[in-house]
Amino acid sequence: MPKIEISHLTKYYGRKLVLKDISLNVEEHEVVCLIGSSGSGKSTLLRCINDLVPFEYGSIKLDGVSIYDSGFDVRDLYKRIGIVFQAYNLFPHMTVLDNITLAPRKVHHTAKRKSEAYARELLSLFALGDFADSYPEQLSGGQQQRVAIVRAMVNRPEVLLLDEVTAALDPELIGDVLAVIKDLRKKGMTMLIVTHEMGFARDVADRVCFLDGGKILEEAPPDQLFQNPRNPRTRQFLQRIIEAGRL
Amino acid sequence: MSSKRPAPLKRAGRTLKVRDKYGPAVISVTSVLIVTLIIRAAVVHAQQWPRIKAQFFSMKAIIEVFPNVLKGFGINMSIWAVSLVVIALWALLLAVFRSLHGPWFAPLRVFSIVYIDLFRGLPSLLLVLLFGFGVPALQIPGLPRTSLFWGSAALIMSYSAYAAEVYRSGIDAVHTGQRTAAKALGLSQWQTLYYCILPQAVRNVIPSLLNLAVALQKDVALLSVLGIRDAVREAQIYTARTFNYSSLIAAAALFLAATIPMARLTDYIAKKDRERRLQGAV
Ligand SMILES: Nc1ncnc2c1ncn2[C@@H]1O[C@H](COP(=O)(O)OP(=O)(O)O)[C@@H](O)[C@H]1O
Ligand SMILES: [Mg+2]
Repeated sequence: MPKIEISHLTKYYGRKLVLKDISLNVEEHEVVCLIGSSGSGKSTLLRCINDLVPFEYGSIKLDGVSIYDSGFDVRDLYKRIGIVFQAYNLFPHMTVLDNITLAPRKVHHTAKRKSEAYARELLSLFALGDFADSYPEQLSGGQQQRVAIVRAMVNRPEVLLLDEVTAALDPELIGDVLAVIKDLRKKGMTMLIVTHEMGFARDVADRVCFLDGGKILEEAPPDQLFQNPRNPRTRQFLQRIIEAGRL
Repeated sequence: MSSKRPAPLKRAGRTLKVRDKYGPAVISVTSVLIVTLIIRAAVVHAQQWPRIKAQFFSMKAIIEVFPNVLKGFGINMSIWAVSLVVIALWALLLAVFRSLHGPWFAPLRVFSIVYIDLFRGLPSLLLVLLFGFGVPALQIPGLPRTSLFWGSAALIMSYSAYAAEVYRSGIDAVHTGQRTAAKALGLSQWQTLYYCILPQAVRNVIPSLLNLAVALQKDVALLSVLGIRDAVREAQIYTARTFNYSSLIAAAALFLAATIPMARLTDYIAKKDRERRLQGAV
């Protein structure tokens, strides 16, 4: 049984059709990268998976249970699926430690001592041990994004969704964040990653999906998709990326 | 994103001399002093000055009336302080009502909108008269009947409408990504507001709220129309008895002594706030 099973997902924003009949499975411990031009619906797809936005048709199942199933507690969903955003979205008025332990303490009612101990453990694992008591604005963009990843990891999610987590970073800071993600992959984390870093996608992905106009046009292992794209639109997209020097 | 602000440029090869450092301040102070002296000379030498002085600036009258006016001003300040606390909380609640999502909260949203429209649309003086005289006249059992209570209530209702709008602008100014992040962590709507949105919103609007507080400090004087013996009322009583207006000047001095420091404090906090935002800006 796939970890995540998306079938015939269709999503409108008002009257605008944003996702058209998307079907995609992600197996446990698998890493799937989503690529595609801006506005193709990548972020929307991730947000549908953890119910940040509602969809109209189709289904999304986690371990075989639809996320819209009445027996599915939404808190459980947010615990089992973590998400990290392009703009980090850390809470600026809380310290790094409070950012990370907010959900464990207030949503999942873990004791403060216990959640802080685990948060500190994760922070040092991600080379952020010195920043527990800093405020987000005192950190570099790369450090903030790594804190955001820790915040998503602290609930011990089964799946991690990453939405262009390096897109807002200065080039010299991207590497650290990508290294963290590669590390998570080694630990067997199931991940669905939206990225513009094609080299990274090639390294880290088991499968790459090319999204265009709300549809998955091509889905293949990275070597095949990058070297031998079948769909002319994929070829066009990759051509543009190569011209921009990103591959 | 992590761009740092450029270091201030050093003035090429020139160290600051004492003259450069204090020159501007000295010039400012002297020029203000000269202008003040000229105006003063003009006023004092005017033909009507002795009459004006006797009517408005009679030291004797001021000294005589000062204890009463000061006592009245104490009432102004207590009404002001209590109202401030109530307004700060009630307005926050109104703003929260208005920002709630979901069909179940529609009644609260509508209540908040109607309330704000109503109380922002009516002159404070009208409300003070209506509540201060009207409600006690009803003699409803179980409700306070003093015009002090209902007059203050009118001010609170009126100012809460403005303060609620200020809070709302602060809530709206918090980036939507904050709500999304909180939701993705599993926080409920209330938890999101309480832990994530409101602390940022309140911090954003403190300067504007302080401006309202200064305005309220003056508007408490409206309650004097109800016969409450605040500073203005005490001054008026004296004026009515002696036909001398120095008592009003004494009251004016007290108001200025209270509002000007508040205004400076507001400026200072607003400046700190701007600096903080510039630093946090990415
Ligand atoms: N909240 C929203 N309301 C209306 N339209 C939206 C909203 N969010 C995204 N869209 C639209 O949906 C489409 C897909 O957006 P998005 O999923 O953000 O694309 P991507 O992440 O691939 O750049 C775009 O055309 C965008 O304009
Ligand atoms: Mg996007």
